[in-house]
This record gives sequence, structure tokens and C-alpha cells, in this order.
Amino acid sequence: MNVVVCVKQIPDPAAPPALDPGTKNLVREGKLILDDSDSYGVEMALQLADAAGGGEVTLVSMAPGGETSGLRTALAMGAAKAILVSDDVLAGTDALGTAKVLAAAVRRAEPDLVLAATESTDGYTGTTPVQMAELLGLPSITFAKKVEIEGSSVKVQRQTESGYDEVESPLPAVVTVTAGVVEPRYPSFKGIMATKSKSVETLTVADLGIETDQVGAAGSRQQVTEVADAEARTAGEIVVDEGDGAQRIIAFLEQLKVV
Amino acid sequence: MTVETVWVLAEVNDGAPISTSLELLTQARSLATTVEAVTYGDVTAEVAGTLGDYGATTVRNVGDLGGALPGVPVASAMAAAVTAGNGPDAVLFPATYDGRDVAARLSAKLDRPVLTNVVDLVEAEGGLASKHAIFGGSQVLTARFVDEGPALFVVRAKSFPAEPSGGGPAAVESLPVGQLGSSNAARIVDRHVEERSGPKLDEAAVVVSGGRGLGDADQYPLIEELARLLKGAAGASRAIVDAGWVPYSHQVGQTGKTVKPTVYLACGISGATQHLVGMKNSKNIVAVNKDQDAPIFSVADLGIVGDVHKVLPALIEGLKAKG
Repeated sequence: MNVVVCVKQIPDPAAPPALDPGTKNLVREGKLILDDSDSYGVEMALQLADAAGGGEVTLVSMAPGGETSGLRTALAMGAAKAILVSDDVLAGTDALGTAKVLAAAVRRAEPDLVLAATESTDGYTGTTPVQMAELLGLPSITFAKKVEIEGSSVKVQRQTESGYDEVESPLPAVVTVTAGVVEPRYPSFKGIMATKSKSVETLTVADLGIETDQVGAAGSRQQVTEVADAEARTAGEIVVDEGDGAQRIIAFLEQLKVV
Repeated sequence: MTVETVWVLAEVNDGAPISTSLELLTQARSLATTVEAVTYGDVTAEVAGTLGDYGATTVRNVGDLGGALPGVPVASAMAAAVTAGNGPDAVLFPATYDGRDVAARLSAKLDRPVLTNVVDLVEAEGGLASKHAIFGGSQVLTARFVDEGPALFVVRAKSFPAEPSGGGPAAVESLPVGQLGSSNAARIVDRHVEERSGPKLDEAAVVVSGGRGLGDADQYPLIEELARLLKGAAGASRAIVDAGWVPYSHQVGQTGKTVKPTVYLACGISGATQHLVGMKNSKNIVAVNKDQDAPIFSVADLGIVGDVHKVLPALIEGLKAKG
């Protein structure tokens, strides 16, 4: 049971985000970390490989500057190895271009199952895993809240508006998991030490056989024409609770005729 | 009109088109000469009537999906029409679980980019431009495609009002699916409807949401009780969904539901960018948080700087006393 987990290394979400004034792309300088949303996929993959009685968990990531700090976190959790695509020509790549790169990298790992988060925390386009599935010619099941392997099939509880659907697919398949589905383990000291000997294969776009006009800003075929301040809300009344907080809320609701 | 034809993916749930699809049809009427709906499954006269009323002249129905998830078959049918030269200038998808799947599949099939998290659509330079709320909604980014081919937009719920046009029922035509490969192998084998008391999160007039400030998962029932007393729905910040306190279906924000209730009551929520995107357009916002510098207070109409563990029980008592 070989599982690939697509992970994104993102700027710390606690730091204020910014746009490059020229390209209007998100600034992705400084240290990148493992997107929290991806820790669930990594944990899920480790549990599924365990339950299947063996197999490897391989990470696939695309990041600028040969960044591996987020990959190290996931390797310390227990993933066996990583494939990193890092190339200057990838600056400004959109979701579809990213899917092309990830699909080519995933194909090399010959997985039985590909896991990803439903969307990243920084860009949150939410389409990349399914675009990648289409390029790989694989079925996809998004918004999984429970994933089980049964023989050569994957069984998923998929979130719906009114509850969940039970969905089954033959393997290989792409599954996206929602946050909170499993509890990601903390990397142990032993796990952290072990990452030193784990392989991170770093590839360029040319290594993957992708034409450079398919990726980067040129490949994205869309442009940001304007960034403007949104209409600000008028400042409200902010008061310190002196034991009357609840009554103030009730008075506010009464005035709106909600109660 | 600068745009000739726009398709809207019309999802049908419980025998009626979902509200986001009706919102998209409404907006499409002001952008395009011809508005058509694309749907799948059984199109009843009632569904065709509603879609027509909101502006679709034609419903292109992909038909029964045989238990498959909509992503592959619906995108294949759309792609076949585009390839045959019968495609639209733009396709608008609701930002739902299935809507995103169809948009992503179609994008890869046509090798066309897709713009997601759209909150407004306007005419621009002979085509359409989309607007996106970024950085917690403090800024609005405008984007457009620079290439030929159908423009694909995934639009967030409640970006537009849904207003009937008074049009007659839409004509129903089939949108045939070609050969589907092994990518169409996922099957829905069972459906579970979770019991819900009270209104749906994205339709409720009052939403009460809890966050990390509650301190512990066993405090979340305070939120549920408050929501029940206010005949509203209980929501959550991403932090407590990630922590496993409540299911994903409760999540309000960038990665969750967009809500626009009459009153949004944020309890122990700091107001991270991620959360503000999903609720800042609520008509009235009340926030309770012990940190007076919490960003949630920047959007609150009434902010109580205080301890949720004191304010919420008092609020529940006070509401009960009112009867």
C-alpha cells in the first residue's frame, strides 16, 4: 500500500500576508512551514499504510527555493521519503499549472492512493487535487471525513450539505480530506532524528518533462487587474463586560426584533 | 451585453435548485444575452419552472449519473459541447462540494484555468472580470482571463441576491455524455442524512458560532443552546473544527460556509482572516472575546470584551427568562 500525500509548504499563516506590488502574487518569501491542513492527510496516510500491513508514504510538494522545512515536519511524523519540485520558472504558477506539476511528480511514485487536503490555507483555490486527478486519469473523492481501504477499493464518507455519502472507488484514486478527520501525531525526537537519513528528491520542471510555457505566470493565462480596499464596516460599540454584557446583547437583539 | 452565452451549473437538492445556483442565474441575466442552466439527474417540471423563473431559457440536462459523483460525467458533457463548438462564453459554478469538482475536472479537460472564491462578476473589456475578497475581506482583488475559450468561475454562496425574472419554464434539452474512462469509477453506495434541529447554517437568520476561546469541546453545547434559544444555527471557527470539537459541516469561513444572517454572534472567536471571509457580510455582528485587540472587534457592531464562560451562561439565563 503506497500512499502519496500532496503537501504544501506555506508562509506562516500567523504572519500578515502581502501581495507583491508588481506581480500581485502572494509573497512567499522567508521560511515556509507545512500547511496545517496537510498534517491530516499525512496522518491519514500513515494510518492507512499501517492498517494495510506495510507500504510507504511518499510526500509530493512544489515550493520555491528548494524549501524542505515543511517536508521535514511530515517526514518526522513518519513519511518515508519526499519528492520536491522546485524551479524558478514556477513563480506565479496557478492551480492548473500546479496540478500539472504535481501529476507528473505523483506519477513517478506509482501510488495506490493519493491524498491531499481539500484546499490550502494560503491560496485556498480548492481545485488542484481534482485537476491533478483528471490529468492522471484517476477517480477522485473530495471532502472525505473517513477513509478506509478494503482490498483494492477505497471507501470514503464524503461530506454533503445534509450529512454524508458513502462513496467507493477502485484504487488508485485521489482522495481529499477535511481538517480534523484524524489527530495528527507530533513528531517524536526519534522521528526528527530519522529525517536526516530520509531522501528528498529535488526535481526541476524539465526533469518532469513539462514545457515551461505550461507553468509560471505565462501558463496561468489570467491576470490580476486591480487590488482595492474593501468598503469598511462602520465601527461598532465595543464595551468591557462589567457584568452587564449579556443584558447589552439582549438589548441589541431586542432592538433588531430578533427576540 | 458583451457576453453572448453563460451557463450556470444548477445543483438540485431535495427536489429544488439550490439557492446559490439561483443567485448565479440572477447575476448571469445582467451579464449575458442568453442564460442556460446545466443540470443532472431528474429534471421535474417544477425544477424547469424554477430555473426558467430565475432566468434560464434552456436547461441542458446531463441525465442520470448512475450513482457516479457529478465531477467526471458533468464536466465531460460540458467539455464535449465546448469541443463541438456549442460551448458558452463562461460557466458559473456554485462553490459547493460538487460544483468545485465539476469546475476542476472541466478546467483540466479543456486545459483552461479556473478562478475560484469569486464574490462578484462584472463586465470588463469585452468579457467578464471576477472579484475576490482577500486578506479577511479587507481588500478586493479583480482578475480576468487573458485567453480564448470559456471562462470558468466558481462563485461563493450569497455573492448575489436571488431574484426571479418572471420568465416562463425553461426548455429541457439533453447534454450528452461521451465515453467515460476509468476516472468515472467512484460510486455513491449510500446516503446518510444527519438529523438537524433548527435552520441550516447558511440559511439561518441567526448564527451563533464558537471558537477556541470556549476553552474546551465540552463548552460547545453552550453555543448550541444559545442557537436553539435564538432559533438559529450553531457554527464554528476553523480552529475548533481542526481540533475535532465539532464536524466540518459547522465551519464558517474561507474553507467553510459563507453566512449572511441578520445576526452573527461570535463567541470566543478571535477573527482570523480565515473566519472573517465567511461572515463579515452579516447584517449585524455581535462578538464576545476576552482579548480587546481581537480582530473580530473590527467588524463587530456590538463587542463585549469579556469572558465567554460568564457572558454566555448569563445570556442563556436572560433569554430563558424572557421566554
